[in-house]
Amino acid sequence: MSTTVGPEIERLISLLAKLPGLGPRSARRAALALIKKRDTVMDPLVSALADVSARITTCEICYNVDSQNPCHICAAPGRDQTKICVVQDVGDLWALERAGAFRGTYHVLGGSLSALDGVRPEDLNIAPLIARSGRGDITEVILAMNATIDGQTTAHYITDKLAGSDVSVSRLAHGVPVGGELDYLDDGTLSAAMRSRRPF
Amino acid sequence: MEWTSDGIVLSVRKHGETSAIIDVLTPDKGRHPGLVRGGVGRRMRPVLQPGNSLRVTWRARLSEHLGYMTAELLEPRFAEIMDDRKAIAALNAICAVATAVMPERETHKDVYDATAVLLSHLHNPDVWPALYVRWEAGLLSAMGYGLDLSCCAASGVTDNLTHVSPRSGRAVCAEQAAPYLDKLFVLPQFLRREGQGWKPSTPGDIVAGLYLTGEFLRTRILWPANKDLPEARERMVGMISG
Repeated sequence: MSTTVGPEIERLISLLAKLPGLGPRSARRAALALIKKRDTVMDPLVSALADVSARITTCEICYNVDSQNPCHICAAPGRDQTKICVVQDVGDLWALERAGAFRGTYHVLGGSLSALDGVRPEDLNIAPLIARSGRGDITEVILAMNATIDGQTTAHYITDKLAGSDVSVSRLAHGVPVGGELDYLDDGTLSAAMRSRRPF
Repeated sequence: MEWTSDGIVLSVRKHGETSAIIDVLTPDKGRHPGLVRGGVGRRMRPVLQPGNSLRVTWRARLSEHLGYMTAELLEPRFAEIMDDRKAIAALNAICAVATAVMPERETHKDVYDATAVLLSHLHNPDVWPALYVRWEAGLLSAMGYGLDLSCCAASGVTDNLTHVSPRSGRAVCAEQAAPYLDKLFVLPQFLRREGQGWKPSTPGDIVAGLYLTGEFLRTRILWPANKDLPEARERMVGMISG
C-alpha cells in the first residue's frame, strides 16, 4: 500500500493506536482531529503532555501518581488522616474520588495477588501499607478491592497481616448496584447481596 | 466444529480490551480454552470467575483452534465463598494445580466430577481439606501416577499400612517401614478406603497428606515439565498448617 502521509504523522497514528480504546482506524481519526485543530487542541495537548511527563511522580506515602510528592490527597489538610482506603490501581482511586464518598487517604497497591500471573506480596506495595498502618495514628483500613478472586485473595492477605494491630479493617459492600434490577443481576451478586443484608 | 458442555472456570485472562481467554474444566473435553467476546464486560465478569460452573458452547473451524466460547452461569460458587479466606486460598490452589498438572483437551471425567464435589464443599472447613488431599491423589491417578494404598509393597499385608514409598508410590506397613522412616512418607489413614483401615482426618493428617500428594505431583508431573508446585498451593498449605 502506498504511503499517504509522512512518517511523522504515521508515527503519531501508531502511537495513538497504542492507547486503550483506540485501534488503528480510530487513531487515524484522532490524529486527523488533532491536525485540524492544531491551535486549539494539538498545541495545548503537546504542552500538557510535556508538563505531565516532566512532573509526573509517585507519592512516597500512598503510591498515587501525581505531579507533586506527597500527592494532592496526602497533602490536603481537610482529609481524615486516620483512615486509609486501599485500592489496587490509580484508576480505582480516581473512581472513588469521582464518587466523592470518601474524605480520608488512600494506599495504592499497584495490582493484586495473582496465582495465575505469579504476582506475590513482595511485588505489591503491601509492606509500606502495613508499616503505615502501624504508625499509631491510623484507626481504620478500608479494603476497596475488586470482587474477583485476585482482589479478594489480596484483601484476605492484608487482613491477616493487620490482624495483630489496633487498626479496624473493613471492606466495601458487595451487592445490588444503584439502579440495578434484581431480575437482571447474576446469581452470585444476588447471593452476596442477600448475605450482606442489613437492618432497614 | 461446535460442542456444548458444562464447565468449571479455572482461569480467566484478559485479551484485548473487551475479550477474555478462559480455561474451563469440562467432563468430556477436559481442560479446554476458549475466547469469550465481551468477557471482561460488566455482564460477563461476575460469570467468568474461577470456580463458577458454566454451560459453555465452543465454536471453531478446526478442533485445534482456540475457538470462541459463549457461557451461561449455572452455579456461582465464587460468590458463595468470597468472604472465607481459607476457601479462597483453596479455590486458588485448585485452579492453579489443575491448570499446571492437567494437559489441555484430554478428557478426565473423574477429575471433573471430583473437582465439582470439592468446590461444592469449600464452604465447609471441616470437610474440604481432606477432600482436597483426596482430589490431588485422584489427580495423580488420572495422570497415570496413582498411589497404590491397597497393600504393603514389601510384605503384601493389608493391615497397619503407615507409610508410602517415594519411589513406587505404594503403601508400606509399619514393620517394613521401621528401618526407613526418614525416607518414607507418612500415610494419612483417611486416604485409605472405608473398611481398609480408614480413619477420619486430623489436622496433622491433612498436612501429611498435602506433603505426600505435593511431593508426587512435584516429582512425577511438574519437575519433568520444568515446573514446580504453584505458589497458590503453598499459600493454602501455609494457611492450613499455620
